[in-house]
Amino acid sequence: MRHFFRKKSSCQVAKDRLKILLISDRVNCSPEVMELIKADIAKVISKYMKIDTGNMDIQIQTKGSKAGRGRTPVLYANIPILDLHTK
Amino acid sequence: MENESKHSGCEVIVVTSGKGGVGKTTTSANVGTGLAKLGKKVCLIDTDIGLRNLDVVMGLENRIVYNLVDVVEGNCRVKQALIRDKRHQGLYLMPSAQTRDKSAVSPGQMIKVIDHLKEQFDYVILDCPAGIEQGFQNAIAGADRALVVTTPEVSAIRDADRIVGLLEANGFKQMDLIINRLRMDMVRRGDMMSASDVVDILAVPLIGIVPDDESVVISTNQGEPLVGSDSPAGIAYANIVQRILGKEVPFINPERGISFWTKVTGIFHRA
Repeated sequence: MRHFFRKKSSCQVAKDRLKILLISDRVNCSPEVMELIKADIAKVISKYMKIDTGNMDIQIQTKGSKAGRGRTPVLYANIPILDLHTK
Repeated sequence: MENESKHSGCEVIVVTSGKGGVGKTTTSANVGTGLAKLGKKVCLIDTDIGLRNLDVVMGLENRIVYNLVDVVEGNCRVKQALIRDKRHQGLYLMPSAQTRDKSAVSPGQMIKVIDHLKEQFDYVILDCPAGIEQGFQNAIAGADRALVVTTPEVSAIRDADRIVGLLEANGFKQMDLIINRLRMDMVRRGDMMSASDVVDILAVPLIGIVPDDESVVISTNQGEPLVGSDSPAGIAYANIVQRILGKEVPFINPERGISFWTKVTGIFHRA
């Protein structure tokens, strides 16, 4: 029903913001740490293939099931590969 | 049923929220008064040292002689610091100190005071200060269960989530959520998170929904908790008290009604 309305309700905006906010709050992982993790991952992968470090994206998400507070966070990485040849 | 088996022991409940101004003190006052109205022996403790308020909400501010810090420091006996509420049999308040700070009391000292009170009361209710520092640690130290108060706002929910995490880390098994100041008209318009939205996000069992109600301001002005009155908030608090006692009281099924009305009114608002 909601997608019939172009503008998101402010309630939906609040929910979306909270979802993202609480994931990082619960994991207790600062943006600086995320940057460090990102740099290290890029370094390791680069050993084996050529990747587009500028467009890689990592974030912490929660896994599917809505089973309450026990839900497990997952580290999601999207790394574009430029050249797949192995050295 | 469950409350009968607990009769031998005393239940210690901390009312907490993280964020300030969401209604911890009002909730403490109303839950405590509501339990006393049902014949329970209740001791309310204001643990907000330096910013005491529960005495004012209860209308007992003129009768303070000794306070929590006096008890801890041995200036008086526990009994001397308890103010008896003349309107409700079995209801007592231990006020906080206004001229000291949180470091005047330690968690260990709180546990000692509560252990003493446990022998005489059915319920000890602790009004927790805002924040997650020492005042919070003092308030939760001796508690068995927690009532987490939030409003349907991003900042309050975020803080509540943090508090729930800290309570879990401190071994709390029983936590219940109170959603305060819900405005049905705004929920219907899609401009406020509904109770089920908040419960979904926080994943804590719901024990009460308190509608935004002018009567709360009026009752605070008068220093008389409104639990049990026929105002919407008075009814909501009375229901919370019943649920604390283990009785099943149906929520005035806001979800069903809303989702229907959100759809209908939503169309008009956005068309």
